Amino acid sequence: MKPTDITNPDYFHKVVDCQWACPAHTPVPEYIRMIAAGRYAEAYMVNWQSNVFPGILGRTCDRPCEPACRRGRVEEEPVAICRLKRVAADNKGDVSHRMPVIPETRNGKRIACIGAGPASLTVARDLAPLGYEVHVFDGAAKAGGFIRQQIPRFRLPEEVIDEECGYILDRGGVVSHMNRRVDSLKGLLAEGYDAVFVGSGAPRGRELDVPGRAEASANIHLGIDWLASVSFGHVTSIGKRVIVLGGGNTAMDCCRSARRLGGDEVKVVVRSGFEEMKASPWEKVDAINEGIPILNFLVPKEVLHDNGRLTGMVFEKVAAQYDEKGRRALKPTGEPDVIIECDDVLVAIGQENSFPWIERDAGIEFDRWGLPVLDEASFQSTLPNVFFGGDAAFGPKNIIWAVAHGHDAALSIDLFCNGKDVKDRPSPETRIASQKMGIHEWAYDSEVSLDLRFKVPHLPTETSLRDITAEVELGFDRQMAYAETQRCLNCDVQTVFNAKTCIECDACVDICPTDCITFTENGEEEELRTRLKAPAVNTYQDLYVQDGLKTGRVMVKDEDVCLHCGLCAERCPTGAWDMQKFLLETAKPKAHACHSR
Amino acid sequence: MTFLPKPKLHHPKLPTNTVGLTRRDYEGAISTLCAGCGHDSISAAIIQACFNLAIPPHRIAKLSGIGCSSKTPTYFLGAAHGFNSVHGRMPSVLTGAYLANRDLIYLGVSGDGDSASIGFGQFAHSMRRGVNMTYIVENNGVYGLTKGQFSATSDKGSVAKKGAVNADQPIDLAAIAVQLGATFVARSFSGDKEQLVPLIEAALTHQGAAFIDVLSPCVAFNNHAGSTKSYDFIREHNDALNKLDIMVNRDAITVSYAPGEVTDVMQHDGSVLRLRKLHEGHDPTDRASAMHHIMERKAAGEIVTGLIYVDPEPTALHESLGTVAAPLNALGDSELCPGVDALAKVNASLR
Repeated sequence: MKPTDITNPDYFHKVVDCQWACPAHTPVPEYIRMIAAGRYAEAYMVNWQSNVFPGILGRTCDRPCEPACRRGRVEEEPVAICRLKRVAADNKGDVSHRMPVIPETRNGKRIACIGAGPASLTVARDLAPLGYEVHVFDGAAKAGGFIRQQIPRFRLPEEVIDEECGYILDRGGVVSHMNRRVDSLKGLLAEGYDAVFVGSGAPRGRELDVPGRAEASANIHLGIDWLASVSFGHVTSIGKRVIVLGGGNTAMDCCRSARRLGGDEVKVVVRSGFEEMKASPWEKVDAINEGIPILNFLVPKEVLHDNGRLTGMVFEKVAAQYDEKGRRALKPTGEPDVIIECDDVLVAIGQENSFPWIERDAGIEFDRWGLPVLDEASFQSTLPNVFFGGDAAFGPKNIIWAVAHGHDAALSIDLFCNGKDVKDRPSPETRIASQKMGIHEWAYDSEVSLDLRFKVPHLPTETSLRDITAEVELGFDRQMAYAETQRCLNCDVQTVFNAKTCIECDACVDICPTDCITFTENGEEEELRTRLKAPAVNTYQDLYVQDGLKTGRVMVKDEDVCLHCGLCAERCPTGAWDMQKFLLETAKPKAHACHSR
Repeated sequence: MTFLPKPKLHHPKLPTNTVGLTRRDYEGAISTLCAGCGHDSISAAIIQACFNLAIPPHRIAKLSGIGCSSKTPTYFLGAAHGFNSVHGRMPSVLTGAYLANRDLIYLGVSGDGDSASIGFGQFAHSMRRGVNMTYIVENNGVYGLTKGQFSATSDKGSVAKKGAVNADQPIDLAAIAVQLGATFVARSFSGDKEQLVPLIEAALTHQGAAFIDVLSPCVAFNNHAGSTKSYDFIREHNDALNKLDIMVNRDAITVSYAPGEVTDVMQHDGSVLRLRKLHEGHDPTDRASAMHHIMERKAAGEIVTGLIYVDPEPTALHESLGTVAAPLNALGDSELCPGVDALAKVNASLR
């Protein structure tokens, strides 16, 4: 293998599994250490800089970081990263003085953001401090988009939404146009904005197409529309027996909301198996714990009705079968159909993009799925001054992806407005610094906690089911949060090896608790992986290879299960190993190249 | 050293041996020796060897004297019996323990000061008596605990850290062990576990006095240019006689060699020492050949390592004394104190 190039920012970034997995590349270990130190406001700002909505995401994020967490590979469960983020938000106090100053003098550029969801608000957040005048348009009365309309209050209190949208909209530089739905892109373009960002989401719920749907329509509701009506208080009750169709997070929100509005017998019915459901595992668990059964491998066949009144639904039983190419298909089992009686049906089988307000001759190309044709890195559409992001760009995803898109689009808009090439993306900002303070002292807490993941306290079910606005998860208190922070392995504190000073004494090999380090003859990666001290079977994780040793061997470190405990560096007599903290911030629009925040 | 204990978390694929233990189960407390000390690598090799042989840790007694080397039993086999004896007196304490209970596996750990200076006599007599043990000397050529004076194994002409040149002849403990009748003699290097681990395994299965001289650089006081016991010097002058594979209980032999290249030595317990010859003319079962090779290579400025000598049919002290087979702690009162008549008989036999 060739020696690893650690000057490539991707190499060490990838070692920080959580940050690498986060679409917005939040520096997770950095803020977890701040929480451990009780520096909640700073931890909040590290988050705010990367993901814009720490309080909201600390409750609702899809958490791609947690399955990626290294802790989950050396022990049973990952660090409760999302819950710790909420701790930072809950305990931060007043952070307004830490926010970037919005300059009095504007730079003369006007940007329109369509939709006031997380993608648009991220664009506004990134551009307003640079002097842009950002106009945000939304058909609803309040900003937030999906966050405000579809996420139930028992998961996300409205104050949190108000606060975090307020940090963007109420500090100057941003003009809100609420209750104003944009119905013509051409019309908007004619108003002379320098650039337009489309963050209008995926606003249409997918329809159920089975016999009887139309006849019983009075009691069949599209999930996202129904959730919005619940959020706004237009809907306050539902029938006693409810069927929720679909296996995603919207279905979970629907069933749990229905349970709180009078649904005594709420059932979730899913086409696929339990494991394949799109909902996050913890949301499934929360639903089950509220007495909601999830019935799998049932395909809707017919809606039963009696004189226009819904009476139930018929489902066909299916099973997953694989053809010779290994492709999975759901095939009927031939067993008798299942009839489930009900009073209401909530349809949460997916969302679709919809751009009825974009004229087809406006200059924006769409692909055959009805999505805009975009440059993947810059989010620029075929009309150079129009950019897309969030669910409007590549179809329904989640909040953290919308934020990531928003950052990239904001960067593009800044480049575009300065007459630069949007494809010429700046590199991320990186910093790396030794953590050594003494022979056995490090600037980070290198001790590895053996605690198992702490469970976040919940409101008792009998209380939570009575009030749809009562937040179910109570969040960690400071003490529990501290204990949980200690489970973080500090993966951003990198093991950096210098072959020139190594005397090949094996001290690091002997001390490493997880057998990561081997000194051996070089070879091709595939073969080399088989003859390390512990076989490196996780090929997604890199091998750190360095040559230049006196014996002609190479040092190979399997990054997979390194605890970042620093013992290799402590036991190294010559300082060939060092623990160095690697911080990476993705490129964001900046006022000046030499301007420091 | 470190202030923190080694984290208990381990590699998720860490294998277990036939007694259900992982290698980590053979560890001891975290080392307090200097970072980079060769002794820590020897501890790791002992851990690996005991894991490979699947010895239940409580069947081992580890004994040591005084010195850096003699601290190391704390850092391996935390579940074994241990005795940290007086300086240089490990061999006699070990002999006593062995006489009292021959069922345990005895592992003596000593250093060049402990064995070649203050305990030289003790070392010699335990070898010639054939105490069934594995005697490991962690040999760094200096008194590390007292800041690096030359020890008795330091080579003539070797330069100390502050520039003094050693004028005395060195004691070659391996050569002396061969001469004194040890039935298993090897030399190795702490920085070469591929060689060291099988040698320790072979020594532990050997049913007689087994001696291993392990060169173990002192990073603090004897790892500079001019030292003959530095990592660099040993790597440059390491002249291995053979490469050893040990096969316990007739493991499947997977590697085939051209005839004449390998020598199989079957030990008394049935284990086979398969030696791949790296040196022409060396017969590891011939004491004279062993002596010859040590002397000849030394004259050429090389350090002989590998299995130097083995007697496949050793006689251990218990056999020559004709002592009772059961450990003393397993004998009852009537056997331990057989009464006046038995004493009279013994006395009569001596008249």
